[in-house]
Amino acid sequence: MELRDLTVRFGDKVVFDHRDFTVPDEGLTLLAGPSGVGKTTLLRALFDAYPGGSAFLFQENRLLPWRTAEQHLTDVMRPPDRGEAARWLELVELTGEERSYPAQLSGGMARRLALGRCLALPSVRLFLDEPFAGVDLPRQERILERILGLGKPVVMTGHSPELERWADRVLTL
Amino acid sequence: MTRWRKALARVLLPLAVWLGLWQLLAMRVGLELLLPGPWQVLCRLVQLCPTAGFWRAALTTLGRVFLGGALGAAIGGLVAGASRWWAPVDWLCTPVMKIVRATPVASFILLIWLWCTAGWVPVVIAALMSAPVVWSATAQALDSVDPKLLEMARAYGMSKAKTWRLICLPWAAPAFGAGCRTALGLAWKAGVAAEVLCRPRWALGTQVYNAKLAMETADLFAWTAVVVCLSFGVEWALGGVWKRWDGKERRRRDGVA
Repeated sequence: MELRDLTVRFGDKVVFDHRDFTVPDEGLTLLAGPSGVGKTTLLRALFDAYPGGSAFLFQENRLLPWRTAEQHLTDVMRPPDRGEAARWLELVELTGEERSYPAQLSGGMARRLALGRCLALPSVRLFLDEPFAGVDLPRQERILERILGLGKPVVMTGHSPELERWADRVLTL
Repeated sequence: MTRWRKALARVLLPLAVWLGLWQLLAMRVGLELLLPGPWQVLCRLVQLCPTAGFWRAALTTLGRVFLGGALGAAIGGLVAGASRWWAPVDWLCTPVMKIVRATPVASFILLIWLWCTAGWVPVVIAALMSAPVVWSATAQALDSVDPKLLEMARAYGMSKAKTWRLICLPWAAPAFGAGCRTALGLAWKAGVAAEVLCRPRWALGTQVYNAKLAMETADLFAWTAVVVCLSFGVEWALGGVWKRWDGKERRRRDGVA
């Protein structure tokens, strides 16, 4: 995946000024760097450039307070499949929370639900923005291993240095 | 003080104070024709209650106001939804709703009376008064749907219909409910005002008018008290239903078992 001559400005603040980026469409690419450097901006630019077959996990959970965990997953499936939803909930370690509403979940659980919903989307590649915010490290690693087992290219942002050892490449901004 | 006693004190104490003031004022005026006391009004009410005409008038008015209010709520909700779904509906209907909201109710009553029989005028008026209130509350709520949720729906390939069903309608539901409650109060005022002007055969408004015509001021107060009690009763009943539904929703959303 290539982005040529990328310029992004928010008002007076220039995030990227005529920059080129190349991200291989395979394996796990980790976008690293301090806060505010433009990791999310780059991830969104990649998603905007390659929307077909891409699933995007937003930095905020963006869950619907009136839908259950299971409904969050079936809502994005075509067609809705409760068995499939159970599989994704198991992947993000939320089995047993099918009927829970977002407010009944802890911060980390809500994050995993948002991640599960993103994974349930029909997609060929994943763009994940801070997928493990609020999730403990052993669980992060278990879930990441399962995600990589899906065989889809993954581009993700994250602050945890432990995740770097799982990455095929680290793009430091 | 127990909760029950507190609630009792909150209702009975102010009631006693105001009734006492009313009685004092009536005694000061000293003319029943101008201002009957609460006791005289209560006595008249007790005389009216057992008659078939009383119940027929009360229930007919209740039915008219309820039907008109429900129609208005449905129209207001549908127009709000349709105008946010498809912009031309907004261009077409928003001016109409604004005009209806600004037009004096008396003008509408006299106009509608030209087209409808007296019995239907209060229904149409209650609907006309309720619709803009519900429309305004619902449309504002639909305008304030979290753009991040809408962006999520777009990014996750949800159709417009699905976005509405899963995000917009649940988002606007509490505002729609609150709008309905406000509209019901207006429907009572406007519906009874229409009855006073049009005087259908069975109606509280007709009774209010007749009492005024016969200079039976105690009757006028008694019939007005019936209107107020019915309005409170309906609001209380609907409020209970709404509270139950909304409470369940809130508990669910807030994570309280």
